[in-house]
Amino acid sequence: MTKYIGKSIKRVEDKRFITGQGSYTDDIKIPNMTHAYILRSPYAHANINSIDTTAAAEADGVVAIFTGSDIPEAIAGVPCGWQVDFKNGDTMKEPPHPLLCRTKVRHVGDGIAIVIANTKTQAKDASELIEVDYDILDAVTCPKKAAEEGAPLVHNDVPNNMAFDWELGNPKEEVSAAMATASHVTELDFINQRMVPNAMEPRSAIGLYDTAYDKYTLYTSTQNPHLIRLLMCAFVLGIPEHKVRVVGPDVGGGFGSKIFHYVEEALVIWASKEIGRPIKWTSDRSEAFLTDAHGRDHITNAKMGFDADGKIVALQAYTYANMGGYLSTFAPAVPTYLHGTLLQGLYTTPKINVDVKAMFTHTNAVDAYRGAGRPEATYLLERLLDLAALEMNTDPAELRMKNFIPAFDGVEQEGYVTQVALQYDSGNYEPVLKRALEMVGYEAFREEQAAQSNGKLLGIGFSTYIEACGIAPSAVVGALGARAGLFESAQVRVQPTGKVSVYTGSHSHGQGHETTFAQVVADRMGIPLEDVDIIHGDSDSVAFGMGTYGSRSLAVGGSAIVKSVDKVLEKGAKIAAHLLEASADDLEYAEGKWTVKGTDKSVGFGDVSLTAYVPHNYPEGLEPGLDMNAFYDPANFTYPFGAHIAIVEIDKETGHVKLKRFIAVDDVGNVINPMIVDGQIHGGLAQGIGQAMLEGAQYDDTGQLINGSYMDYCMPRADDFPSFEIDRTVTPCPHNPLGVKGAGEAGAIGSTPAVVNAVVDALWKGGFKVKDVPMPMTPERVWNAMQS
Amino acid sequence: MANKISVTVNGTTHTGEVEGRVLLVDYLREHLSLTGTHIGCDTSSCGACTVHVDGKAIKSCTMLAAQADGASVTTVEGLSSNGELHPIQEGFKEEHGLQCGFCTPGMMMTATDLLKNNADPSEQEIREALEGNFCRCTGYHNIVKSIQYAAKKMATTA
Ligand code: FES
Ligand code: FES
Repeated sequence: MTKYIGKSIKRVEDKRFITGQGSYTDDIKIPNMTHAYILRSPYAHANINSIDTTAAAEADGVVAIFTGSDIPEAIAGVPCGWQVDFKNGDTMKEPPHPLLCRTKVRHVGDGIAIVIANTKTQAKDASELIEVDYDILDAVTCPKKAAEEGAPLVHNDVPNNMAFDWELGNPKEEVSAAMATASHVTELDFINQRMVPNAMEPRSAIGLYDTAYDKYTLYTSTQNPHLIRLLMCAFVLGIPEHKVRVVGPDVGGGFGSKIFHYVEEALVIWASKEIGRPIKWTSDRSEAFLTDAHGRDHITNAKMGFDADGKIVALQAYTYANMGGYLSTFAPAVPTYLHGTLLQGLYTTPKINVDVKAMFTHTNAVDAYRGAGRPEATYLLERLLDLAALEMNTDPAELRMKNFIPAFDGVEQEGYVTQVALQYDSGNYEPVLKRALEMVGYEAFREEQAAQSNGKLLGIGFSTYIEACGIAPSAVVGALGARAGLFESAQVRVQPTGKVSVYTGSHSHGQGHETTFAQVVADRMGIPLEDVDIIHGDSDSVAFGMGTYGSRSLAVGGSAIVKSVDKVLEKGAKIAAHLLEASADDLEYAEGKWTVKGTDKSVGFGDVSLTAYVPHNYPEGLEPGLDMNAFYDPANFTYPFGAHIAIVEIDKETGHVKLKRFIAVDDVGNVINPMIVDGQIHGGLAQGIGQAMLEGAQYDDTGQLINGSYMDYCMPRADDFPSFEIDRTVTPCPHNPLGVKGAGEAGAIGSTPAVVNAVVDALWKGGFKVKDVPMPMTPERVWNAMQS
Repeated sequence: MANKISVTVNGTTHTGEVEGRVLLVDYLREHLSLTGTHIGCDTSSCGACTVHVDGKAIKSCTMLAAQADGASVTTVEGLSSNGELHPIQEGFKEEHGLQCGFCTPGMMMTATDLLKNNADPSEQEIREALEGNFCRCTGYHNIVKSIQYAAKKMATTA
């Protein structure tokens, strides 16, 4: 019985946001609060000879100034949460990431001093009086150059700047033997450029130390409060975890960049005790550009071999992945277990090898950004496929159909075992592509394209992708280097009146959990949606949580909620059985009441919950109360997939690309709230298309981020897009109770290569046989492609 | 240097002293605790701070509080009246025009200004009117629909 599941219920959280009552971290005011400003390095690589804070300390309103040398040696810095070792077994290089630099800076924006004053302006003014004497050193920003002999070292004890090297799949000899049998090999060198996540709310943190209770509170713009608490307490500051409350209040978007434990969080907590006053730090947008962990940044060479029938026979990929100056929380996992493992794609490729070198450079850290590794894998595969189709003069849609893994539901048919360490849960790939072709009107489009004669070039690009979501089975990721479990927890508290509060370890920063999760609970319990409240983001109320990323909230967090609801109903059945003088086995639960099967004798949920808290007439030996906890650790990842098609028009005179249509057919398993899922797809598409056409962080050779503001970094705007045309198919996930796969990243994963493929297609059809147009495909780059 | 200013915000007049360099957005957020107006950038690009000054949408990070002396300012907190949502607020809710909600106040203030000058904008006109407002969550798709919803609603109730 589903009254809510599958319906586009309007979001319950909207009211506070549309009336200006959202409460983001920077909106929070605490009595006696101070404001911090962080002085940052203007150089990418320099030795710090001295820091003189004397004048600054005397400036108006200054409360305290701390530099790296004020922080106790025992506080080494923020840790990395994932260990990927070298192929030869050597341990991953993991140099410390200090809260403030002591002797050396390693990227522009590295922290030098925290200035704390009564107002933010005073803190900023004072920071300008700090004198830092630097010895500027040569920098390296390109991960490939960083590996060269004689490249400047980011960390003196990390030879060749290599954090680790890594390989997955079939042995290289087997892959090259298979490649040698190919009748056609497509090879491509490309850059998957560095992206700046740009959540619209800049990061912010408030540290508060309460002497009365010897307890700290951290408000922070985070996607996972409990993980921040664990990392900060156990691995950074060495303070007892039960003496710290971490709150992630309303958070204005994350896209990965707010997963990680940042130095500023630990700094405001540590310093708040030192000065005995609360401290707020809020990032400027310029600081956000320099310090929010970036995404992507791969330099790749890849080869795909095809037999005479167009079947893929082998894939070989080599990637240099830029880690930046320090290893951020999840960074090592991104180019490896979230990238290499996806190179099977939707295809039956029998031999695959992927080789990754993870490099330190004098740039800001790179970590998970919407899709995290999976967009890079999809880009690699899908660019090769469309290019191969052009080179072999065959149809790119047919080429894909020919190579798709046949349908399997994961129940009757086993999950598909890949060459790169995964077993897909369920998949049915042809229908998504067929539906997308139908929506686009493929044949008619090809005719229109052939007839085009107005000085414009029309192109179509495809991308059929798969992603590993619902992150993740703890034991599996543990074996792959994760230093944490990736389960989720939930608690259902039933009030005596039958109203229900659900505490989830997932964290919503735009995803609409307060609505979707309530739909799940209300349906499962057969109670009105209004009777369910979803609470998240506060470590003092939510027992535990692993947070939101990797399209995991519904698949993992939602499943934990289902588990606790089921426990509530199980216990409720015992109470109901007692009240009905029947055996629990003879009861059935529907529409909010237990009924003795085959009779009209029933008792409602409200009566049972009241009885649980007023246990006068109560089963012997049963505890009062009706609250239940559950932890859910998924059996596998989930594997959403889809087909994206872009249609572009290039102005031959200017190289300007207009995205005319974008079609996306995604399969994210069962859908609880179609409106919200559509919204997730739209947002992901904009980010993926933004990467293809507009965005990209650019460092110069000295390590300056030369487009670190909205005047220079091209953010996608409303008039850069057409309205999206989207649809979906439904292939349920066989291993979680809701059959859901996750929808947060699909749009960003599938869309990027479709747009680039469309541009390359347009160019080929116009007689310009280029293999690649580097992203972002600015008019200049497209124009240049037409001159070669 | 402190300036004495008197500004009417959402119908209430506030008189007080502000430092000459205080931006209107900081005045609203810090002095008046009207935190519905957000700050998303430091280059006057993102539009998260959009409010109405004397009936026109402006980016409140591009204006000094002192320049608003004598002006009438409307922020997101002043959009609804008598507990009734403004059609634009209703539109954003009905059409799922917001996700994280951070850009939303600015979007709605820009949109109401657009609808005042153009009661029945085309999709392209809406998209162009939003040039100065960034949203990272929605891909703008449903924001366009939200504004269309509001336009329709305002046409039928006008
Ligand atoms: S904060 Fe005013 S435009 Fe960005
Ligand atoms: S809703 Fe998040 S930035 Fe627009």
